[in-house]
Amino acid sequence: MRSITKTGAAALAATTMLASAVSAQDLSGELRIISDMSNPGPRAVMEQLAADFDAMHPNLSVDLTIVDREAWKTQIRNALSADPPDVVNWYAANRMGPFVDAGLFMDITDWWEAGDYEGLDSVRGALTQDGRQWGIPYTYYQWGVYYREDIFNELGLSEPETWEEEIANCQAILDSGRKCYTIGTRFLWTAGGWFDYLNMRTNGFDFHMQLALGEVAWTDDRVRETFANWRQLIDMGAFIDDHQTYSWQEALPFMINGEATAYLMGNFAVDQLRNGGLTDDQLDFYQFPAINPDVEMGEDAPTDTFHVASGAQNVDAARAFLAYVASPEVQTEINGPDGLGQLPVNANASVADDEFIQQGFEMLSENATGGIAQFFDRDFPAEMASIGMEGLQEFMVFPDNLDDILERLEAARQRIYQ
Amino acid sequence: MAVAASETYAGPTWLQRNRMIVTPILFLLPGLLFFGLYVIIPIFQSFNISLYRWDGLGEATYIGLANYQELLTDRNFEISLWNNVRWLALYLLAIPLGLGIALFLNQTVTGIRVYKSMFFFPFVLSQVVVGLVFSWFYLPREGLLNGVLTLFGMEPINVLGDPDLATYGIIAAGLWPQTAYCMILYLTGLNAVDPEQVEAGRLDGAKGWKMLWYVILPQLKPATFIAFVVTIIGALRSFDLISIMTNGGPFGSTRVLSFYMFEKALSEFGFRMGYGSAIAVVLFLIMLVFIGYFLWQMWYDEREARR
Repeated sequence: MRSITKTGAAALAATTMLASAVSAQDLSGELRIISDMSNPGPRAVMEQLAADFDAMHPNLSVDLTIVDREAWKTQIRNALSADPPDVVNWYAANRMGPFVDAGLFMDITDWWEAGDYEGLDSVRGALTQDGRQWGIPYTYYQWGVYYREDIFNELGLSEPETWEEEIANCQAILDSGRKCYTIGTRFLWTAGGWFDYLNMRTNGFDFHMQLALGEVAWTDDRVRETFANWRQLIDMGAFIDDHQTYSWQEALPFMINGEATAYLMGNFAVDQLRNGGLTDDQLDFYQFPAINPDVEMGEDAPTDTFHVASGAQNVDAARAFLAYVASPEVQTEINGPDGLGQLPVNANASVADDEFIQQGFEMLSENATGGIAQFFDRDFPAEMASIGMEGLQEFMVFPDNLDDILERLEAARQRIYQ
Repeated sequence: MAVAASETYAGPTWLQRNRMIVTPILFLLPGLLFFGLYVIIPIFQSFNISLYRWDGLGEATYIGLANYQELLTDRNFEISLWNNVRWLALYLLAIPLGLGIALFLNQTVTGIRVYKSMFFFPFVLSQVVVGLVFSWFYLPREGLLNGVLTLFGMEPINVLGDPDLATYGIIAAGLWPQTAYCMILYLTGLNAVDPEQVEAGRLDGAKGWKMLWYVILPQLKPATFIAFVVTIIGALRSFDLISIMTNGGPFGSTRVLSFYMFEKALSEFGFRMGYGSAIAVVLFLIMLVFIGYFLWQMWYDEREARR
């Protein structure tokens, strides 16, 4: 347990005005927050956020607990059912499902209706289940292809926009003795990113969502077509060898050393690539190329969230805190270059002046007309996601097993969505 | 003394008469209480939960034996079960290996204590460290194993990335500390070997394998029994090595029942308490075979000793 004292940071807090229904003086007692922002950068952001909010409300003390991000994925169940805190971190879309169904997240539709979260309309859908809202987002980030600009220049390649260009680029890269893509599938989810994109580009965003909702069979010919496109790359040898042994971080050196030229990843990889010694001149970003020209581009942009526990003791303070987090000023601050370095969820906030964040913002606001997905393991129900990603990894290693894999996934689908 | 003597003697109280029974019960009580609370009751709770469909959060639905029925057709369960069998069989290699090293080290040379402690060293390491060290050893490109293989002109192999090899790779890692454990058990056992019997055997012309088989090993029987027990238990709790080295992968080929149970019921994507409990029950039944054997063996030995 870690208590934030009421000292310091008052200056920043004073500049921040709230559009909250509750005025600052009314809040009293204790606001208990459990956060999963345990990596060094996010941790500092969260601690600052709690300290500022604490300083704004003299009668309120904010009690912040930061839990390891991976551990929180399993601990949240116990945390919410026994002695629940007021506010917790979690993820949008289907990942909320079990907690919403079990009545552990508070229904905050009224707060949305009351205008607490002005400027958040575009992300409201990701927090909606059964027609109600169960939390608010605080950050999101784009996915896409991060590549070695210097190697592309050396080989005379340009950012591909179609699948043919993509294949041609990849062939040129392979001919130069490098791999096209690095990837580490040991923890499976990275393969989920590839499937998301290939399926959204082959069959469109709506089909992808139907598959996530269990409305389409895995043995459907359209799904097979997605895998056939994927197989083109696999058969070329586009991916690094032995990727099933590496985590996503362990796959980074391949790109940093120039043995592989690109990485399909979330924007959080940029920080690691820069730390690995790549400059912004060597690094660039492009949107995953179109495959089927008839479908609109859909994108993955996972959203991280705050929720109020249904057993919250200090609901007023929780409401004020959520409104504070969603406000344009705070959104600009916490997603800025000194904060999370990601995209703000509030349309009135300003986007950080960073090459990759700017490109991502532009892509998501102008060229993601198909729709915005969360991610394989957030859009599909938990069990389907875990069985699915295991099948995807197997496919990447043994593409010949496809029929067997699809039948297994189909059997799982019929059981899970019944 | 004077005060006590002046009181009239009213014969032994109930407590005094029964203290041979009451005392052991009192001493056992805390242990029994917690054993019941944390071991016995949860076993029956698992039996019970395995009859429900339950995500661990909401309402549980009674579904009878459907979870067990699903186990029968679940290929991942089958793989996990077979892996458990592999672990049980191959882990037992630690016993002869440990005996071999113990016999080798059971001599008086200067600095033998240093050698003994070096052989014992892996057992002191945490399983997590052992797992990490071995996964680096197996790394497909930088790993020491492949460095040696390429030195001899052989093809490099990705042990932990190959679904056919990965389990054996993990078992080999597990054998390293387990062999050390068996070795230390045998070393202490060898100290207790009666030199007169060895002498008598030698007079009768026994040496080499015959000496080992007919004179030494029978005297090491208690050590062998303990080594067997700890090795079986070690094989059944192989969870941490698997979690560290492969996380159950590639594509679930290295799971054992305990890992599969964790994945289904408690992990990031696991919301099937009932199904996980059904796996736990199967694992418990397998363990029960060994536990039953151990208990019977101990009871039998004690009865023999009393005769």
